[in-house]
Parts: sequence; C-alpha cells; structure tokens
Amino acid sequence: MTVHQLSIFLENRSGTLVKVLKLLKDQGIQLIASTIADTAEYGICRIICSEPVRAFDILRDAGVAVSLCEVFALELDDEPGRAADAIGIFAAEGLSIAYLYSFLLNGKGVLIFRTDNADKARDVIKRNTLSFIPEKDLSKLL
Amino acid sequence: MSYGEYYNPEIETLSRSGIGALQAERLRATVRHCMNSPFYAKRFKECGLTPDDIKSPADITKIPFTTKQDLRDTYPFGIASVPLDKCVRLHSSSGTTGNPTVVLHSARDLDNWSTAVARCLWMVGCRPEDVFQNTSGYGMFTGGLGFQYGAEKLGMLTVPAGAGNTLRQIKFFTDLRTTVVHAIPSYAARIFEVMQQQGIDPRRDTALRILAIGAEPHSADTRKRIEDMLGVKAYNSFGMSEMCGPGVAFECKEQNGMHIWEDYYIVEIVDPVTLEPVPDGEVGELVLTTINREAMPLLRYRTRDLTRILPGECPCGRKHKRLDRMKGRSDDMIILRGVNIFPIQIETVLMGYEELASDYLITLETLDDNDFMTVDVELREGINVDDYNRLLKLEKDIVRRLHDEILITPKVRLVPKGSLPVSEGKAVRVKDLRKQY
Amino acid sequence: MIWNQNKETMSREQMRALQGKRLHKVVSYVYHNVPFYRNRLQQMDITPDDIRSIDDIVKLPYTTKQDLRDNYPFGLQAAPQSEIIRIHASSGTTGNPTIVGYTRKDIEIWSECMARCLTAYGVTRDDIMSIAYGYGLFTGGLGAHYGVETLGAAAVPASTGNTEKHVRLINDLGITAIACTPSYALHLAETMEKMGIDKKSLKLRVGAFGAEPWTENMRTEIQQRLGLKGYNIYGLSEIMGPCVSYECSEQDGSHINEDHFFPEVIDPDTLEPLPYGSTGELVFTTLTKEGMPLLRYRTRDLCTLYQDQCACGRTSVKMGRILGRSDDMLIIRGINVFPSQVESVILSMKECAPRYLLIVEREGNLDTLTVQVEVRQEYFAQGFDTFEPIFKLEKELGAKLRSVLSISAKVQVKAPGTLERSQGKSKFVIDKRVLK
Repeated sequence: MTVHQLSIFLENRSGTLVKVLKLLKDQGIQLIASTIADTAEYGICRIICSEPVRAFDILRDAGVAVSLCEVFALELDDEPGRAADAIGIFAAEGLSIAYLYSFLLNGKGVLIFRTDNADKARDVIKRNTLSFIPEKDLSKLL
Repeated sequence: MSYGEYYNPEIETLSRSGIGALQAERLRATVRHCMNSPFYAKRFKECGLTPDDIKSPADITKIPFTTKQDLRDTYPFGIASVPLDKCVRLHSSSGTTGNPTVVLHSARDLDNWSTAVARCLWMVGCRPEDVFQNTSGYGMFTGGLGFQYGAEKLGMLTVPAGAGNTLRQIKFFTDLRTTVVHAIPSYAARIFEVMQQQGIDPRRDTALRILAIGAEPHSADTRKRIEDMLGVKAYNSFGMSEMCGPGVAFECKEQNGMHIWEDYYIVEIVDPVTLEPVPDGEVGELVLTTINREAMPLLRYRTRDLTRILPGECPCGRKHKRLDRMKGRSDDMIILRGVNIFPIQIETVLMGYEELASDYLITLETLDDNDFMTVDVELREGINVDDYNRLLKLEKDIVRRLHDEILITPKVRLVPKGSLPVSEGKAVRVKDLRKQY
Repeated sequence: MIWNQNKETMSREQMRALQGKRLHKVVSYVYHNVPFYRNRLQQMDITPDDIRSIDDIVKLPYTTKQDLRDNYPFGLQAAPQSEIIRIHASSGTTGNPTIVGYTRKDIEIWSECMARCLTAYGVTRDDIMSIAYGYGLFTGGLGAHYGVETLGAAAVPASTGNTEKHVRLINDLGITAIACTPSYALHLAETMEKMGIDKKSLKLRVGAFGAEPWTENMRTEIQQRLGLKGYNIYGLSEIMGPCVSYECSEQDGSHINEDHFFPEVIDPDTLEPLPYGSTGELVFTTLTKEGMPLLRYRTRDLCTLYQDQCACGRTSVKMGRILGRSDDMLIIRGINVFPSQVESVILSMKECAPRYLLIVEREGNLDTLTVQVEVRQEYFAQGFDTFEPIFKLEKELGAKLRSVLSISAKVQVKAPGTLERSQGKSKFVIDKRVLK
C-alpha cells in the first residue's frame, strides 16, 4: 500500500540538487519520479527510485539532509477522471492530503500522496478496494 | 511607611455622605475649570450651564454627555482645559483610521494617577518588599506606564518586562523572585502553558502570589482557573485611557466587584438607548465624570462598556461603589488580548490593496488558552495564484500593516473569490469563537 | 540654557574635590554592602580610608561584564530589595541578561541628568517630545521619558514601531523634539517623504540621538531631511542609562555628568590609564548610585576624553565619538548583541549543530539580524518529510533568541555541512552595514 520515498531538504541555491542526483547516478540508482516543493527559503525534493533503502544510506553517508519515509501509492487506470474519483473518496472520509504528485509508468497512472492520518487512509483504501502498488512492483515496472 | 490595611484610610473608608460632599465640591470645581476648555466652554454656552448650577452630585444630569466622537472631533488639543506647557504627558489611541484620540496629563494628573494605582495595588496586599512584573506593552498603551508609576510609587521593585517574550517573562519570575504580576487573563493562561512546557511548577519554582488581571472581559470561572494554575490570588482591574488608564476601579480582597474611586470619578449607569439612569443593580452603559483632573477633565463620558453597580456594602470597609465585571459593549468594538479594535480599522487597511476583493472575515479563536485573530480575505479575480512568493509577500505586507494599525499580529489567509460565507446577502464580518472569558 | 548651573559649570578644582569626596563615600558604601567588592578590596589590601582624593581611583579594581554575569542577578546590588523600585536589563554575554536595580534616589538623579541633557539641546517645558526608544527593560525609553517629565515638557511615549503613525503624530500634535536612534531618524525621514509630508510643515527642531554609533555625515543628512538640530546622547544601563554624557549647542563632543559618573580612558590590553587626548577604552565609576554602584566599570567602548573651553560655558570633561569596541559586541537597532548570546541559545538546542553565522544588514535605514544555523543530519533522518518541522524549528529558535537578545532575528535553517568551516578561529559574524 505504501512505498519508500526519499525526502531531501534543500536550500534554495544552485548546486545542491545536482549534488544529490549525481550521488545517486554514481551508484546506479534510477529515479522513477521526483518533485520539488518550495517556499521562499527552502525546498524539499521528494524522490521515488529503485533501491530506496540503499539510496538513503548513500545520501546519508554523504552528509545529505535526507529522510526515508513511507507514502501511499495508488494505481489508477490511465483515463480521465480517475484521480478525481480517488481523491474524492478521501475527501468524503474527511482525510486531507498533505501533498500529492502523480506520474505514468508503463501505461498505469501512479498517485503518490501523504495524508494527515495514515491509519485511516489505509482503512479507506481497504474498504474501497482501491488498487495500490506494492513497493516490489514499482521496480518491476521499470 | 506603613498604612495598615488601607493606603489612604481617610478617603477609602469615607462615609457615603462624606463622598457625596466631596463629589459636590469637586464637580463644581471641575465644571468651573472646564470653562477653560474651548470644547466645554462652547457646550456650556449652548445649553446655558454655569458652574453655579451644580449644587449636588445629582445636578450632574444637567451636563451633556461627552463621547469618543467628541474626542476625535476636537483632536488633538481642543478639549484640554490647560495650556500645553502645563502638560507633561500625552497618550494617543492606536490607529490611523480617522482621527485618533489624545489624552493629556499634567504633572499633578500623573501624580494622582500613580496614587490611584498604588492604592489599588495596596488594597490587594502589595507592599514595598514585593517584586512587581508588568507584562503590559509600554509606550502609548497606558497599561505599561500606568502600572509602572503606581508600583514605583508604592515602592515595589518593578520589572518593566513589557508585552510578549514569554520565555523571558518566566525566566524573570524564577530569577528575580517576582511576587506580583500584571497580565491580561489570556496571557496569564499562556504563561502557565509555557511554564508547563519548560517543566516549571509555579508553586514550587516561583514566588508568585498576586495577579492583577484586566483589560479583557473574563468570567469568574476563568479567574478561578487562572488562580489554580498559577497558585495566586487574581484581582480584576478596570481602566481606560480616556480616564488615565489603569486605576479607575479595582477589586479588593473580597473579590466581589471592583471599587471605583469616587474621589476621582462620579459614576453613572445609563440605558444606552434612552440615556436615562438605571437603578443600582441593573446593567447599563457606564458613564464616568472625572473630578480631580487638571489637564483634560471629561464630563459624563460614555465609556460604551456595559456593567452594573453591585448593591450593598462591601465587608472590606471601603464605601466606594463596586462595579460588576464588564458585560460587553454597546458598540462593535472587539477587545482582543487587552487591545481595543474596531472592525473598520481592519477594513480600511484591507481596502488599501488592489489585489484584494471587498469580502473579509475576522475570526477570533482560543487555542491553547491563547486568543488570536485570523483575517480571511478574498483575492480579486484574475490574481495569479501560482506565484507563491508574491502571495507570501502580499500576506506579510498585510500582516505588517494590520499590526501597525491594531497593535495585534493577526494571521492573514488569502482565499479565492467567493469562498467566504455570506448570510442573507450580507457578508458576516466578525466571528467570535473565543472561549467565554 | 543650563539646567544645573552649579554642577555643570563648577570649577575644575571644586569638581575634583566633590568627586574625591563622593568616591570615598561610594567605596565605603560598597565595602560595607557588597561582599563582592569587599572581597576584592581586601584581596588588594585596600580600605575605604585609602581613598582620599579622586586621584586615588587608580588604586581601585576594575569591574567587568563578566563580574556582572558571575553575580547574576542581584549579587552586585548594594541597596536592600525594599529600597529598589525598578530594574532594567541589558544584554549579558550568555543566556542571562545583566540586571540593574535602581532606588528612588537613583531614578531622581537619572531624571535630573537627563533634564540636563535636554536643556543643553534647547528643550524647554514648552516643547512636546516624542520618545521613540523602546520602552520597558531597555533603559532608552523610560530613561528619556522620566527626563522629559522632570523637565516639564510633554512626553509622547511613542516607543518603536508603526512609523507612519508616528509621523502623523509629529505632524498633528506639532511635536518639536524627538529622541531615537540615528538610524531610526533616517527611517522616519524616509517614511515622512514617502507619505508626502514636507519637513517645512513640521515643527521639529531638536533630536536627541544615541544608543548606536553614528557619523558626522549621518548628522548632516538627518538634520537636512528632518529640519532639526541633532545632538548626541550617550549612556549605558550598567552605569545608569541615557544621560551619562550629552552634546551642547556646539555639537562638538559630549559633556559628561562628571559629578555622578567619573570617566577614565585606559589601554584595553595593559589596563594602564591613559592621559586625556589618547584613544582607549572608556571606564566609568558611579559616584552617587545606591542601587548598583560600580567601580571602574569597563565599558569596552573606545573613545577619547578631553577638556576644552567650551563656548556653552560648561566646564565638564568631554568625550569624543565612540570609535569602536574592544570586544565583539554588535549594536543592532540600538540593542547590544553578543555573538556568545546567540551561541548559548544554539548550544541549548539538540537539533542544531554548533555551526552558525550572524549576518547583520541595514535594509533601508533599519538593521536586520539573520541567524543561519546548521541542523544536525540526524534531525532530518528522523522522518522529516514536510516543511512543518523546519518551520517549527525556526519558530522555536526565533522565540529563544528573542528571549535572550530582546530583538527578533530571522532564522535560516541550513542543511548539514553548508556553512563554511573557517580555519582556526571561526568567523561567526558578517556585518554588512557601512556607516556613511
């Protein structure tokens, strides 16, 4: 139901992102998706990648401000309106979304998000039999 | 010096008839003195009043009321009864909306004011050995300098801590062994909350024993709760800048109503609509006349505060009348953290931004015992909401301007057009969700 | 005009005789009331009877900020608590501020000295003076305020902030005199110009400027833009507050209220007293203070003492402009800030690495302090995923800094390893302000 995501604290200045991406490249780690959120001062780069646990160790050992966390990953059919349906279910249950991003992988839409109540979100996914992506399948899709 | 139970026994225990005689004499002198005020001279002429018409305190009804609007209209010095060189202090109300109001004080006024505050503090048990910490803002806000002068006059060690900076307030409590604090009720609760976070037990780690609370309406339950939190006795204080500031009325140790110093003020309670006096015990608008002010006496000033006079005598021996807690306002003024705010002040600031539409909502809430204000305001259509930094800058700028205007830092939320609630076609402007104090 | 003709124009011989008498008294007073001083004097084998004239002052030990810190909060107080009616606090070098207690007589002397300053600037009881120093624990606001009331002018306790409202009051009330920092005076001028208010329509004529270093160029600019005459005022809370010295109509050096505060200049390295005319560290001894008298207090301010035939008629010793500091203290918006205060806060927070940088800038005419601090990597590794923990840390650190520094600082959280490591003694401060 959840997959690992790397969250990296970046200051808004040039060079910091390149450093992170190069570290991953040098160790043969492939990005699946990434997004950057920013405020005036800071940025957070969120990355879904192959071998996230190893990637975390590499970045941590290099002194990067990184954390490894679990986020929900839903699989959606690649057609109009599916994201609205899924998010609608969460909204109806009173869950709010802290952040969300999506991408296409081998013809499937993938929705990554964090909510304010993970236990309840799990329950909602189960009860509504939403299809989700287990972590091992992510790498398989590559 | 030692005064026993009373700071000024003669005045404080003066009989009702003695008070009446003193008031008659002082009221007549005040009316005569007010002939020096351009504003009052004109008023008296209009209604054909002369000082000789005042023979007893009851004759006060012959005098017309004074309102805040009169203070605004005569801004800055039109109501004063002495020339400016006799004035040593000036306080001005907040706000840049319309004319502010100005209150002038002579050296004698300051001395009388300090004495009144010292009398209040003495009444609740403050003595020169005490350490008094004042958490009021200083400067134009009269809660700062008013208590400072009174506490110094009494001879306590005064710590002019000023508003906010709770961590430092608590550090002073423990390091300087503060025994008496002046704070508004919501801030007293906030102090306790931070003490808990810091692992400080007020009973074990501080010497606090007396709390003077005021400037913000609160209930008897709230007082009890604050007393239990901090392990202190809390006494209500009432004041307003037009009447000097703090020191107008104060609770005695009975904690049952605030004695209003009738050698300083003649108190009336009137129906805010008919302006007719209401009997003791009934709620109405508080009207005050100053009878020992030199620089700027005010006659029958409509305070807009709703309260009542508690009937009966106080066991403490003081014969001065007692005011009940303030029950509300007869206008739309908001009192937040001891600061007086009119919604029009906020509206004027918001209307100064071309990025903003005309709908806004002021929400007052209590979170963790702390009162705060949120201002939701709609963005005009066509504003680019994708530029996060620009919106952030706009929000910050609005916060700064509002703070300049109302002296409180509200939270500002920019919301899309059409998202604020509308009731019966008219926008709701103020939502007060505060815990009832 | 001179407020106290007798004291301000006393002959040098009379003044030195008075100072000698008062010095003996104050030494005797602290010897009997302050264990710290008694121990010091006994160690040096000095008794109050060894102090017979003001020249004997060189026998006395120095007092430093460190001594105040070691005796926090009331250890150097000489009067009993019931006699103290006020305290003020100034910046300490760590988390504890410096606490100064005043008796009723101290406040009276302070107010009188302040009235002397104001009179020298030409302020009279006909004036309306707004005080735009911070009120409360800082000595600037209440110190100037009591002086204005003692003089009999009308005091407007404007305090700091809300400059537009202040400009409006200056305009509407016909305010004639103002007390503030010189940088705030420039900010006021700028605000006034932005609001389209012509200085000619104002009645301002006198400014009392102090609490931070300023230059002759700044004076010219302030005078020109606000249409007033600007005078220096000097003081420090350990000694009293503003009123220690003041310029007269000559605008040439500041007269010291020598009957209350005895000045010396010393070499900050050898601690040897220097003759008039040499630049060195300014040292003050309080001659009449009851609450917390200090012997030979090292101010760390560098300047020159001199004596001239001042055309104003005052005979007191003058001090020149403050030329710098013999320590690393910064003055930001008139408030003293020690980098060690910031360090003490940062070390108290487990999330922060002991690597930080203070950046001081002047934006427009107002000083800003930014504190950059590195956050430990472990802090991020523990489930950091949104901005919330960063904002929370910023807020918490900001509140702690404010509680210690008395001014707000902007906090910037830095990722581990991003602040430059400097060789040997780290450079923790970047001061970008340039005084014109």
